[in-house]
Amino acid sequence: MDHAIQIEQLTKTFGNFTAVNAISFEVAPGEIFGFLGANGAGKTTALKMLTGLLKPSGGQAWVAGIDVQRKPEQVKRRIGYMSQKFSLYEDLTVRENIRLYGGIYGLKRTDIKAKTAVLLEKLQLEPYADQLVAGLPLGWRQKLAFSVALLHEPRIVFLDEPTSGVDPLTRRQFWDLIYEAAHNGVTLMVTTHYMDEAEYCNRVSIMVDGKIEALDTPRNMKKTFAAEDMDEVFRKLARSGS
Amino acid sequence: MNRFFAFVLKEFRHIYRDRRTMLILFGMPVVQVLLFGFVLTNEVKDANIAVLDPSKDPASIRLTNKLVSSGYFRVAANLQSPEQLEPAFRNGSIKLALVFPPDFGHTLDHEGTAKIQLIGDASDPNTATTLINYANAIILNFQQEYAQSSLGAQQAPQPMILAESRMRYNPEEKAVFNFVPGVMTLILMLVSAMMTSITLAREKEMGTMEVLLVSPLKPLQIVLGKTAPYLALSFLNAVLVVLIGMLVFGMPMRGSFLLLGFECFLYMFVALSLGILISTRAQTQMAALFVSALSLMMPTIVLSGFIFPRESMPVFLQAVGTAFPATWFIPIVKGVMIKGVGLSYLWKETLVLVGMAVVFIGVSVRNFKSRLE
Amino acid sequence: MRTVLYLVQKEFLQIFRNKFMLPMLLVMPVVQTILLSYAANYEVKNLSLGVVDHDLSPMSRQLVATFGASGYFTVYNTVFSSKIADADLARDRTDLILEIPPHFERDYIREGAGKVAITANAINAVKAGLAIGYANNIVRAYSLSHASPVAVNRPPAAIQVEYSNWYNPLLDYKTFMVPGILGEIIALIICFLTALNIVREREVGTIEQLNVTPIHKWQFILGKLLPFWMISLVMMTVGLTVGWLVFRIPMLGNLWLVFAYTLVFAPCMLGIGFLISNFAESQQQAMFTAWFFLLIFILMCGLFTPVDSMPEWAQWLNTINPVKYFVEFMRLVLLKGATFADIQQNFFTVLGYAAVVNGLAVWTYRKRV
Repeated sequence: MDHAIQIEQLTKTFGNFTAVNAISFEVAPGEIFGFLGANGAGKTTALKMLTGLLKPSGGQAWVAGIDVQRKPEQVKRRIGYMSQKFSLYEDLTVRENIRLYGGIYGLKRTDIKAKTAVLLEKLQLEPYADQLVAGLPLGWRQKLAFSVALLHEPRIVFLDEPTSGVDPLTRRQFWDLIYEAAHNGVTLMVTTHYMDEAEYCNRVSIMVDGKIEALDTPRNMKKTFAAEDMDEVFRKLARSGS
Repeated sequence: MNRFFAFVLKEFRHIYRDRRTMLILFGMPVVQVLLFGFVLTNEVKDANIAVLDPSKDPASIRLTNKLVSSGYFRVAANLQSPEQLEPAFRNGSIKLALVFPPDFGHTLDHEGTAKIQLIGDASDPNTATTLINYANAIILNFQQEYAQSSLGAQQAPQPMILAESRMRYNPEEKAVFNFVPGVMTLILMLVSAMMTSITLAREKEMGTMEVLLVSPLKPLQIVLGKTAPYLALSFLNAVLVVLIGMLVFGMPMRGSFLLLGFECFLYMFVALSLGILISTRAQTQMAALFVSALSLMMPTIVLSGFIFPRESMPVFLQAVGTAFPATWFIPIVKGVMIKGVGLSYLWKETLVLVGMAVVFIGVSVRNFKSRLE
Repeated sequence: MRTVLYLVQKEFLQIFRNKFMLPMLLVMPVVQTILLSYAANYEVKNLSLGVVDHDLSPMSRQLVATFGASGYFTVYNTVFSSKIADADLARDRTDLILEIPPHFERDYIREGAGKVAITANAINAVKAGLAIGYANNIVRAYSLSHASPVAVNRPPAAIQVEYSNWYNPLLDYKTFMVPGILGEIIALIICFLTALNIVREREVGTIEQLNVTPIHKWQFILGKLLPFWMISLVMMTVGLTVGWLVFRIPMLGNLWLVFAYTLVFAPCMLGIGFLISNFAESQQQAMFTAWFFLLIFILMCGLFTPVDSMPEWAQWLNTINPVKYFVEFMRLVLLKGATFADIQQNFFTVLGYAAVVNGLAVWTYRKRV
């Protein structure tokens, strides 16, 4: 397979409203692909179609070479997902959450144990392993959620605004985790509305009103728009769009 | 004060725009009152009975016919032998069996006394008691007629006491008179208490309550502001339900409309303040629901006198029953609508409801404040 | 199947961790069953009698005393004005009034007929009917015993009625109410729990995380249903044990049959809860929808008012009331000792019901919208 993700004319309409308007692009294996846009631009909707949570209204998409339109359940086996709402169970402990998702993805009991140990060590969560997730600070929870999404070693991971509401330092640490995953060959698709984070991506696409208005590496994009930083790129684009 | 009114107005618009809430508030009670008004009755009509009559003489046939023509019973099975009784009861098709001895009429005429047996299916004891009592009354009546027709001619009349009976307030013996006030009371209570407790718990869960708490409004104002629109809507609801009772079920309105309106308003206020009280304690919507629906629903149905007569309950449970507002409102509705009595007769019930409202609101405000400190 | 076990484990952890949930599941049903079973009876006793005695003769006093001694009536007061008696009736202080006119005794002796009037508060017509029935019997019995033997050559023909109350000879309504109320409360709890639990996961967002995993719909649903299924069995066991200890309800039928039935009945209620959750957008909606149906199920199940007294269309409507089947079953098996052959139609109806509801729940559950 050539592309980790391949999208052709993907569209989603809700009644008269077109949330995602015939977008097309490819993502290469191991790439960190940033999905930028204002709230309501259609990022989350696009992501939900790719993860099999929403049924596309039109167009086609392949994730890990599998047709999302026709075989969404097979896609799910191969991907990880972290949503913008906090998705772990707050009334379960750290360890129990890891065990639950390990079990759902069909990992062996011994594997779950081993992976739990590694994960706890990496995130330095060992002292809190048997505490309820509700008691952890938000940044820690997000890191835990990301690690849980990687538990079954998916080739592609979708992150929907993973760092919203997290302090800058923890955001930095979070991106270290993303780099590490990419280094191991995982393809990552990240939505964000923090423009500084866009700089960390290999390539970014900027969505305005359901359409992709620009798609390039951050460096080229700044050159094209003659901008200092991504923030300026985004502002220029948004102004021309409206 | 202006701020307070602005707040109430905002809350009112908020609810009014929410179509689904309006549907819950008005649609569900109306459907339920209509349904239960027609369905709930303890009167016996056409109950299936089995007759085992080996004598088949004029007296036994006359008695059987008399039972059937009363309208309470319908002969579902004519049995041939006592062995058939058990299976007939077992599969639940009959509720009562009437067993004549052989030579019933002959014994009655010549020995002056004859035995018959009534067997009730007491696995539902309430129905069994009612059926046996009805049957018994009919048999006694038959006995008098029979005695008169067979002996009357030859004997001097025996001194008698004639008891003339009157059914006060409900001469047509309509079951709706008993059940409709209870249904109204139950449903208005549950809908209002659930609605408020869950709405407020939801605000707590979502964190929107915090926003209100940091506003310059006082806790009491917040609580009242949140409830005022529901009080208005619940009161409208109560009026609607009363109208259904009158127009659909033929409930009379012998007392004062104004008094009933006042009492409904008071009762809805009690229900809402109970809802508020629950919400100050419950942390989640689920907790609020469990308290307001689960622990209020069954006890209110059983203990309030809605279905089961309160005076037959053990004293302890009668006491428990007094803690439920419905227990006090049912006599008020019956009093005003059916008996046509005024406040001079209902002041005790009214005072209890006022007291409940004061206690509920008082405790809620205290809970509310202690949360802030 | 292993996946389902992980989901079940998670569900149990969450339930047991919730301080509020356990008492709700174990204590509340038992307490309510015990308390309410004592109260739920139609028995008409302790009737309060107001007397208006205009005659004040030995005979009128004797008649009043007979009422007092009958066991059915307590004489509330004896007054001399109908107005006062009417007011007491209106205040619910009395249930019925016995009015003895002036010259009652004289009329009885001279003219052979004395008259009394009995007025009952008939708002509850059935209760009033019974009260008047009792009162008539007392008057008649008194009249017979008082009749001077000289006047009667031969007693009139009398029919002696013998009563027997099968399956529950002492007419102990508790034996009927305990299994019924227990079943209702269990139905109430598990239906609410399932509906809310799922909608809550949707509101919080955790369900989305489950939906991007490869678990099958049936695995997810089974993972939700199994824990509540087991809990309902525990509730049933605890409730019946307490019922047996406290009330000595006869356990005539096969207890295994009761549990087998609970195994089928519980999924029925769970499935309804699940179905509601599939169509509800918020916890509030789920609650009110569930409440709407549950109140109807409970009031129409035949425990409180007889199903046979309901209008035809309501009885027809009742065929979709699972609680009705439960109450019917419990009565047949626990009190009448019915065997499987007697109740198989009921059993299979509920089994089919459970299959249909849960089938619909799986079918309408959408992992992808």
